[in-house]
Amino acid sequence: MLSFLTDYTLQNVMIGAALIGIISGVLGCFAVLRRQSLLGDTLSHAALPGVCLGFLWAGSRSMESLMAGALFSGAVATVIMLTLTRRTRLKMDAALAVTLSLGFALGVVLLTFIQNRGGAAQAGLDSFLFGQAAATVRGDLYPMAVIVLIGLSLVVVFWKPLKLMTFDPEYAAVSGLPVRLLELFLTGMIALAVVVGLQMVGVILMTAMVIAPGAAARQWSGSLLGMLLLAAFFGATAGISGGVISALAPGLSTGPVVVLVASAIALFSLLFAPQRGLIPSRWRRRHKRSHTSSDRILLTVYELAREHGDWSYRVEQGAVDAYYGMVTEPLLQALAQRDLLKAADHMPDEGPHWQLTQSGCEYAAARSRDQSRTRRLRQVERPA
Amino acid sequence: MSLVDPTIAILITGALVGMTGALLGSFLVLRGNSMLADAISHSILFGIAVAWLLTGQTSGPVQIIGAALSGVLAVFLIELLTRTRRLRDDAAIGLVFPALFSAGVVLINVYARDVHLDEHTVLLGEIGFVWLDTLTIAGMEIPRAMLTLSVMLLVDALFVLAFFKTLKLATFDADLARVLGLMPGLIFYAHLSLLSGTAVAAFDAVGVVLFISFVVVPPAAAYLVTQRLVSLIALAMLIAAASAPIGYWMAVWLDVSIGGMMALSTGGFLLLAYCWRRLRDHRHYRSRSLEPPPASSA
Repeated sequence: MLSFLTDYTLQNVMIGAALIGIISGVLGCFAVLRRQSLLGDTLSHAALPGVCLGFLWAGSRSMESLMAGALFSGAVATVIMLTLTRRTRLKMDAALAVTLSLGFALGVVLLTFIQNRGGAAQAGLDSFLFGQAAATVRGDLYPMAVIVLIGLSLVVVFWKPLKLMTFDPEYAAVSGLPVRLLELFLTGMIALAVVVGLQMVGVILMTAMVIAPGAAARQWSGSLLGMLLLAAFFGATAGISGGVISALAPGLSTGPVVVLVASAIALFSLLFAPQRGLIPSRWRRRHKRSHTSSDRILLTVYELAREHGDWSYRVEQGAVDAYYGMVTEPLLQALAQRDLLKAADHMPDEGPHWQLTQSGCEYAAARSRDQSRTRRLRQVERPA
Repeated sequence: MSLVDPTIAILITGALVGMTGALLGSFLVLRGNSMLADAISHSILFGIAVAWLLTGQTSGPVQIIGAALSGVLAVFLIELLTRTRRLRDDAAIGLVFPALFSAGVVLINVYARDVHLDEHTVLLGEIGFVWLDTLTIAGMEIPRAMLTLSVMLLVDALFVLAFFKTLKLATFDADLARVLGLMPGLIFYAHLSLLSGTAVAAFDAVGVVLFISFVVVPPAAAYLVTQRLVSLIALAMLIAAASAPIGYWMAVWLDVSIGGMMALSTGGFLLLAYCWRRLRDHRHYRSRSLEPPPASSA
């Protein structure tokens, strides 16, 4: 069963996919947090002309020249985007869409230019559209690994400024950091991530690899370090499982399968992550609401008992109903279940009565102290 | 001069794609939603694949409406994700459309090993072949793509004319439109449904990704030249229509992709508009010996 682990092609696919997942997950976190997720989209579409130029320049499909070309066109795309947003009235979204579509159009033109010039060497160049994992050879992995190492060590070296830039760009600017330079640096890093994924995931879908792991990790972790580590893990998981699935099923392009796995991880995180997940937080809210309202009723009983100077004071259920404008019996029963209240003896003609138990009295006293402390704090914060 | 002459068919189809895209795209660019064009045009691949699986065809009114629904689905999902407040809108866009696009590619990979539908055609289109697929109407032979796109242009133009006031208000002041009971949300969805319908009609001519160029670039170029809505739309449609012949002849000259070259030509107009704007601003400020406003305030 595990024999496929030793298969040469599969090994390459798994190592490569893990590298892609790690680098795009880590660098994508910054894009997601800085609300620049679609930068990855634009940079990955704009990488296509660079790949073609790299091919034309080197005359062969060598990984290094294609990557260099892609980095170059990423830089040109960044300059165009910045020019459009800073010097014209076009906004960021239009600049992104314009650069994306024109970059891709240029890529398509160059692709057909190369194809029509013929030559067997061009074979497989259009696999960069969707990625073809099975075409990965061991030699392709080295430049990928080098870029991943460079990218990760840059993150480690510039950890502090990057963190500050991400969460408080204004303070970063005030404290004298070269903000513009760091912005360019982060954009360049995303271009790096895109370049690593070209071969296996393809230019069209690398955007998802930049966004999905980061968006998923954000749901689980509240700290930047935790988020980066998780995003790397999610990215590698998506890359490896997608790469293996597509390598085992002939005819499936790698990129789409990897992206579907990454999207599934993101969807699962959105729904089930313990802190921010939609289902846990909805459940928690409902739980809290029922607790809060029964606690309030208990406090009402407590206050009444205190006003009367009698801890075993019997409160009429009808009075509580009238005070809250609702049927409080289920909540009162729930309080009785928690052994905080107990049903009290009462005259035959009157409705049911309730009184505090010993533990109910202590619990309510504690809650009451909490409340008055919060009230005092609020008064301090908001002087009249 | 017949409509099935390859050159005529290619030129007219290209111009139709351009004008329809630019008409709808003007409102998108002004509203600051340009990347939705990207999301929609990628997402319709899913709809095209599903419509193909169900009916065995990629063209025809039912297929166009069906596939256009997946574009609307993408917009709906993006709104849904944004509304959970767990993700920002940019991340929501970037999560939804690659997923739908991937699902479309996988469906085609698995079920549709067929000459008529492969992901490269959907992506890049083949405008050079539009004259091969023809219909005969009232004794006149007419390329199918040209007919579909003419119908789409007519529908889009009627929509814009009928709801011009509402669209304008919804674009520039959605809050006021809402207060006046004009339902900007509904107009927004109608507009985006038409955009995805147009994208489906255009996909076998220029492909889904190149379609974005026609939606976004001409309005962006026109916006640099004029700020009046009507002249912006007119100029954008003119730029898009002019890009078709220019792109065609350049593509023939260089022997490269026609659709790609047409899309790239719109970029040439953007460059022209940019230079014109810079020159004008320069003169304007010099003649009044004013300091130009700080660049970042734009």
